[in-house]
Amino acid sequence: MAEKKSCVKEITKGFLRENPTMRLVLGTCPTLAVTTSVVNAIGMGLSATIVLICSNIAISALRKVIPSKVRIPAYIVIIASFVTVVQMIVKAFLPALDESLGIFLPLIVVNCIILGRAEAFASKNPVLLSACDGLGMGLGFTAALFCMGTVREVLGAGTFLAGIQDLVNIGGFTGFDFSEKITSIGLSPVTIFILPAGGFFVFGILMAITNKIAQGKGLPKAELHGCEHCPMAANCTRRTEQEATR
Amino acid sequence: MPDENKILTVSASPHVKSKDSTQRIMLDVVIALIPAGLAGCFIFGGKALLVIGLCVFFSVLFEYLSRKIMKRSNTLGDLSAVVTGLLLAYNIPVLDVAKFDGKTWKATVMTVFLCLIGSFFAIVVTKQFFGGLGQNFANPAIVGRIVLLVSFPSAMTAFTVPKAAVDAVTSATPLGVLSDASLFDRAGDIGAQLTQLSGDGYLPDLFSMFIGVKGGCIGEVSGLLILLGGFYLLMRGVISPAIPVSFIGTVSVFMLIAGKGNLPFVAYELLGGGLLLGAIFMATDYTTSPITVKGKVIFGIGCGVICSVIRLFGSMAEGVSYAILLMNIACPLIEMLTKPRPFGVEKTKKSKKEGNAA
Repeated sequence: MAEKKSCVKEITKGFLRENPTMRLVLGTCPTLAVTTSVVNAIGMGLSATIVLICSNIAISALRKVIPSKVRIPAYIVIIASFVTVVQMIVKAFLPALDESLGIFLPLIVVNCIILGRAEAFASKNPVLLSACDGLGMGLGFTAALFCMGTVREVLGAGTFLAGIQDLVNIGGFTGFDFSEKITSIGLSPVTIFILPAGGFFVFGILMAITNKIAQGKGLPKAELHGCEHCPMAANCTRRTEQEATR
Repeated sequence: MPDENKILTVSASPHVKSKDSTQRIMLDVVIALIPAGLAGCFIFGGKALLVIGLCVFFSVLFEYLSRKIMKRSNTLGDLSAVVTGLLLAYNIPVLDVAKFDGKTWKATVMTVFLCLIGSFFAIVVTKQFFGGLGQNFANPAIVGRIVLLVSFPSAMTAFTVPKAAVDAVTSATPLGVLSDASLFDRAGDIGAQLTQLSGDGYLPDLFSMFIGVKGGCIGEVSGLLILLGGFYLLMRGVISPAIPVSFIGTVSVFMLIAGKGNLPFVAYELLGGGLLLGAIFMATDYTTSPITVKGKVIFGIGCGVICSVIRLFGSMAEGVSYAILLMNIACPLIEMLTKPRPFGVEKTKKSKKEGNAA
């Protein structure tokens, strides 16, 4: 970690180089579960981003206070507090979104991206950098969810941004609906794309495309850059075995 | 890539030469499939031929394009794409125009779309993404059918009324009728209900069932001609009887119990859906079925159990394709369990776990 870290770099890395879902393969559960529509995907992505920024700031600020033996419980407590705050805000102001995200909103607590960034980044870096990392990762997550949601909603339901009025009010805009045009020529949307099987399919395809683009830019293959970046390294049997043989 | 035929093969003995090639086997399967397809065309008219043609065309096209894009050798010659296209077409019904506001062009657009999506998922996703023939994790045609069935449930069950059936009043498949609680109650007197249903025109009589005058997908209707194709494959040694016999046998046993020993009920269940087509042509796919006879029997029984459970207790009328897909996925496990012991090797009792060398 000799290279100097800049805030801009920490933000931009989340989109392609270290995109949490497509390159680090973290947080796949909400990725597959909520991307049945673009609005859900954006709502989930932004909620996670807010939690991620706040928890990264708090954990980074407390990084010298938290004893390393109990750091995971401490992180979880911090993350859970922010998730509760976000959940209450969403419940109060965006009840429709809360309903459609359901259990996946409180489950942000155990989202691997947030715990992973806390362990891999916030616990080792100053507050400002950690906030930027949180923002970059969160927006990268949102971007990935948006792509998946777009593909799945357009192909699987024949709509785009349906239900956007629940999220923001843009002059009564309620999203695009192509489904009637599709049925008028005898076709119907390919429902499998909004089912779990289609979710895995789209996820795999998008991951392949992301890797292809990253390869074209000369970036290394998606991996966790060895054990240092892995949040599980401390309790990992492979790691302890490796150290034993060393 | 160098020409595969010119590579000197160095392998362990025995050096048995055989005239078998992928191409010959696939050609045999195509020949065996033709009678059932002809029956479909005769029963449902020229639209069945359109579906078959489109599926084969799209399958071959996708096979060619994906191999080209992936910079792999051209494999059109092994005819496997043709077989996949044929099987996929046999699993698609001729769409009922009445369900498309009576407009033929709408039904035709949907037919083209079904064939396109089905062929794409069968050839590109199931086969070429995983490395081509021999690498597919499941039977391509089965995956194509299931994607279609899940995506377009109303179109895929919009069965058309058989042209040849003069007095048929319903286009519902026999299996659909038998699983419809308002028409048929398994707890009641089965024999009397069956006679009444066939008298009322809900069910065709058993002879029509056997020769294929009934609602259903293009290739699954004619039990007689599917069996004929099956016998041809058995004669040519392309398939072994283990899977079809154990699959159909298991379903028969289940239906015999569920039907309280009523034989016509068993016959309706065996001839009613895609069981014969699935058991003979799709479950026996080399890549996705076990190698040993023991494994094949386990595979067939597994298919039979899943299929019967779906038909008897599930919300769907038909379960053959799901049964085959699930057992396809379980195939490597069956293979692991039934690996034959090499000659001269002692039976290993469950050996103690050796400590992992770090």
